[in-house]
Amino acid sequence: MTTKPMKIEDKLFLDRFKVDTESHLRLVDGEKCVKECEGQPCLYLCPANVYRLEVDRISVNYEGCLECGSCRIACPLLNIEWRFPKGGFGIAHKFG
Amino acid sequence: MKETFDVAIVGAGPAGISAACILAEAGIKTIVFERGEYPGAKNLSGAVLYGHNLAQVLPDYIERGCPVERNIVESRIWYLSKDGGYSIGYRDRIFAGERKFNAVTVGRAKFDRWFAEQARKKGALVVPATVVVDLLRNERGWVAGVVTGRADGEVQAKVTLFADGINSPLARKTGFRAEPKPEQVSLAVKECIELPAEVIDQRFNVGREEGVTAEILGEITEGMDGIAVLYTNRSSLSLAIGANLADFRDHKKKPYELIEQLKQHPMLAPLIAGGKSLEYIAHWLPEGGYDAIPKLYGDGYLIAGDSALLFNALHREGNNLAMASGKMAAEAIIEALKRDDCSRRGLAGYGDRLADSFVLKDMKKYRRFGKFRYEHKELYGPLPHLAGEAAREMLTVNGVSKKQKQKLIMQHLRQGKFGLLRLARLAWQGWRSVK
Ligand SMILES: Cc1cc2nc3c(=O)[nH]c(=O)nc-3n(C[C@H](O)[C@H](O)[C@H](O)COP(=O)(O)OP(=O)(O)OC[C@H]3O[C@@H](n4cnc5c(N)ncnc54)[C@H](O)[C@@H]3O)c2cc1C
Ligand code: SF4
Ligand code: SF4
Repeated sequence: MTTKPMKIEDKLFLDRFKVDTESHLRLVDGEKCVKECEGQPCLYLCPANVYRLEVDRISVNYEGCLECGSCRIACPLLNIEWRFPKGGFGIAHKFG
Repeated sequence: MKETFDVAIVGAGPAGISAACILAEAGIKTIVFERGEYPGAKNLSGAVLYGHNLAQVLPDYIERGCPVERNIVESRIWYLSKDGGYSIGYRDRIFAGERKFNAVTVGRAKFDRWFAEQARKKGALVVPATVVVDLLRNERGWVAGVVTGRADGEVQAKVTLFADGINSPLARKTGFRAEPKPEQVSLAVKECIELPAEVIDQRFNVGREEGVTAEILGEITEGMDGIAVLYTNRSSLSLAIGANLADFRDHKKKPYELIEQLKQHPMLAPLIAGGKSLEYIAHWLPEGGYDAIPKLYGDGYLIAGDSALLFNALHREGNNLAMASGKMAAEAIIEALKRDDCSRRGLAGYGDRLADSFVLKDMKKYRRFGKFRYEHKELYGPLPHLAGEAAREMLTVNGVSKKQKQKLIMQHLRQGKFGLLRLARLAWQGWRSVK
C-alpha cells in the first residue's frame, strides 16, 4: 500500500503563492548563523525548508514560507527579522 | 483613510468575525482588517467547528448557506505503535438526528470567507489584503486605533479588538501580549487529500453528508509531545500532524517528513490510498494553557481567540473558544460604548463574561494537562511501542500458553522500565491533570 513519500518541493508546488519581490524574512546577522549558532534549528524545524545551508552561509528562500512564525521564536539568537508579507501577498490557502 | 470607527478589529478569523457580526447587528460602526487576500486565506484548522457556538452568533447559519463539509457522527481515537495500533470510536444516531451539526467539518478558506460575508451583510466593513502593522495611542497611552501597511493607512477607533491569531508580529512589536516561547506552541502541518465522496463514504462507513474524526496519538510523533488528526470532508480528507515546537527543535525532526511517515502507517495508508494532495500548509496552536493567558483587555483594547491563547488542548477546541470570546468581547464593547467608557474598567465586562463561561472554566480545569503531556514523552515512544507488542503477543496464536504470554509481556514492560507501579502513577497523574 506504500506510495513514494512526497518531497517538500513537490508539496510546496501544490500551494498558491503570490510572491512579493521583496523578502519578508531577513537574517539580522548572517555571520552569526555560521559562527555562533548551535544546532541551527531553522534548518530542520521550518515546515517549508526555507532556510538552507550553502557552502558558507544560510540562504533564505522566503518564496515558499508558510508564515507559521516558528523560525522567529525558535532561533536561539533571535536572529530573524520577521514580518508578514504585504497585504494580499504570500500564501493563499485554497482549502485551509 | 483618516476615518474614525467605533471599533477596529484586527483579523477576520472566527474570533474577529463573531465580534463583527454582533457589533454590526447592534449598529456599531465596525471595521475589520484582514491581511490575507480574502478572509481564510491564511487560516487553517482540522477543521471541526461546533454548531452551538456558531448559532450563538448566527442562529440561522444553515439557512445562510454555511459551507459545511460533513456532519460528524463518529469520533475515533487511535493509539499507534510504528506498525499497528489500538482504536476506539463512538458513533451515535443522535448526532445524525436531534443533535445534528453538533460538530461539522469545514475548510477554513471557504468558511471564513462566508462568515466574513455575513458580517458584511450586517453592516461591518471588512477590508482584506491589509496588514495592521502598528497601533495608534492617545495622549494617555491608550490604544486609539491602528496603523495599516497601506499608504495613509491610519484608522482611529474608540476600541480595538485583537483577533489576530496565535502568530502575532503585532503583539511582539507593540507588547499587547508576550511572544510565546517555543514550548508554548505546537507546530502543525496539514494536507488536504482529494478523494471521491463515494470512496470516503465507503471507507468510513458513512452516508454522503456524514463524517468521522480520528485523533491519533503514539509513536507517530517519534517521542515528541504531539498529535495527528484525520477528518472527513465532502470529497477530501484533512490530515494534520503537529508537535510542540520545542520538541521539534530538540528532536531535530522535519515536519514534512513526519507527515509523509504518517501516510505510510498501516492504519492510515488504506484510508488515503489513491488520494491526491491538493495543499500543504502549516500553523501554530496555542499550548500554554490557562497559565499562559495574557491580560485580556486594557485601556482601549481587548484580545480574543487564539491571540489571547484561548485553546482547549485536551478536546482540540479552538474555533469555539474563538467564536465565544469574540462574541463576549463584542458584548462588553457595546456596554462600554453605551457608558462612553472604553478604559480598562469600562471593558471589564469581558473578563467577567469569560470567567463565567466554559472558555475559562474548561481551560482552568485542564491547566495541568499540557505540562503532563510535555513531561511524559514516554506517551509518544516506549509506551505505545510496548502496548503494541503486548497486543501483538496476545493476538498471535502460536501454541504458547496465554499465561506464558502474559509473563513475557510483563517482562517486556519491566525491561522498558514500565513496572505496574509506574503505569499506575502515570495514569493517576494523567487523570489528575484533567479532573
Ligand atoms: C492543525 C490545526 C487543527 C485545528 N483543529 C481544530 C479543530 O478541529 N477544532 C477547533 O475548534 N479548533 C481547531 N484548531 C484551532 C483553531 O484553528 C483556532 O483556535 C482558531 O482558528 C482561532 O481563531 P481566531 O479567530 O482566534 O484566529 P485565526 O483563525 O488565526 O484568525 C486570525 C486572523 O487574523 C489575521 N491577521 C493576523 N495578523 C494580522 C494583522 N496584523 N493584520 C491583519 N490581519 C491579521 C489572520 O490572517 C487571520 O485571518 C486547529 C488549529 C490547527 C493549527
Ligand atoms: S537558527 Fe537563527 S541563528 Fe541559527 S542559523 Fe537559523 S537563523 Fe541563524
Ligand atoms: S515562518 Fe514558518 S514557514 Fe516561514 S520561514 Fe519561518 S518556520 Fe519556515
